[in-house]
Amino acid sequence: MISVNINGKPVAVQAEADTPLLWVLRDELQLSGTKFGCGMALCGACTIHVDGQPARACVMPVSAAVGKKITTIEAVGATPVGKRVQQAWAEIDVPQCGYCQSGQIMAATALLRAIPEPTDKDIDQAMAGNICRCGTYPRIRAAIHKAAGQA
Amino acid sequence: MKRLVCMLLWLGLAGLVQAAPENGNGDGKLFDPVASVVMSPRCINCHQAEAPRQKDSGVMHAQQVVRGKDGHGSAVLHCAACHQSSNTAQGKVPGAPNWHLAPLSMRWQGLDKPAVCRQMRDPARNGNRKSGEQVIEHMKTDPLVLWAWQPGASRTTPALSHEEFIRVLQQWADAGMPCPD
Repeated sequence: MISVNINGKPVAVQAEADTPLLWVLRDELQLSGTKFGCGMALCGACTIHVDGQPARACVMPVSAAVGKKITTIEAVGATPVGKRVQQAWAEIDVPQCGYCQSGQIMAATALLRAIPEPTDKDIDQAMAGNICRCGTYPRIRAAIHKAAGQA
Repeated sequence: MKRLVCMLLWLGLAGLVQAAPENGNGDGKLFDPVASVVMSPRCINCHQAEAPRQKDSGVMHAQQVVRGKDGHGSAVLHCAACHQSSNTAQGKVPGAPNWHLAPLSMRWQGLDKPAVCRQMRDPARNGNRKSGEQVIEHMKTDPLVLWAWQPGASRTTPALSHEEFIRVLQQWADAGMPCPD
């Protein structure tokens, strides 16, 4: 058994130490809001927070999560910044197909916590690892500015 | 006259001694095998100024990855967002403890072989390593250096084995870290 802290709760999971955290979240804990995209940390669909910093759950061994605080899309809305981001996302109607949006919201929330009023360059550097096949980037950018109170 | 010759000889020798540190005390060719390793993509791709590079061709790192203020990426896209303490995804995503860019002072971007050589022996630009032994220690023990020989997937490794690399480094250090012209 491996003990990890997910969304503020300690949980014990049956998994090999090198099992990607994403499989544990989705298959063991039924937290399926975090998506599988590429499996190689190239697309950002599986972005979660590890002690507040974005990380790709598809390449993170569950053993690396021990002793850390993991936050997923299911709980990020309980934080003030996460809630603001989700509201901005809804108001601007950012998603098209939606598949990448959990990762986008996780990355955007971490960005606004670190840089409350980001420039477009800050947004590019923070979000460039989160790919959107529908090309919703202009709306993502607008929503981040809106959540920051800049629009 | 004899005194003048002696003085000229002495001045000439003094000039040689002064010039010696510029190129070390020995044969600059001793750096060639060292360079074959340290100038390989596995090393040089992260001894960069503002952003790491990828692949043997040294293309800019995808995802617009940047150095950031401490060499660990931008404020929100840290190297550790993807790079774990070991290679993952069947080796496709490289990893080693504390994955990060070499310090800015140790960048090799745009440097040729003689310049990399001079940088490696300059404590101000080699991580404050004041002797050849300290440079060798970095090459023997730093997890990111050692990763170059376990890079995962189909990445190429440096031209020499790690054991051979340490041997040629020792030869270069023993000769006074000479650099090619």
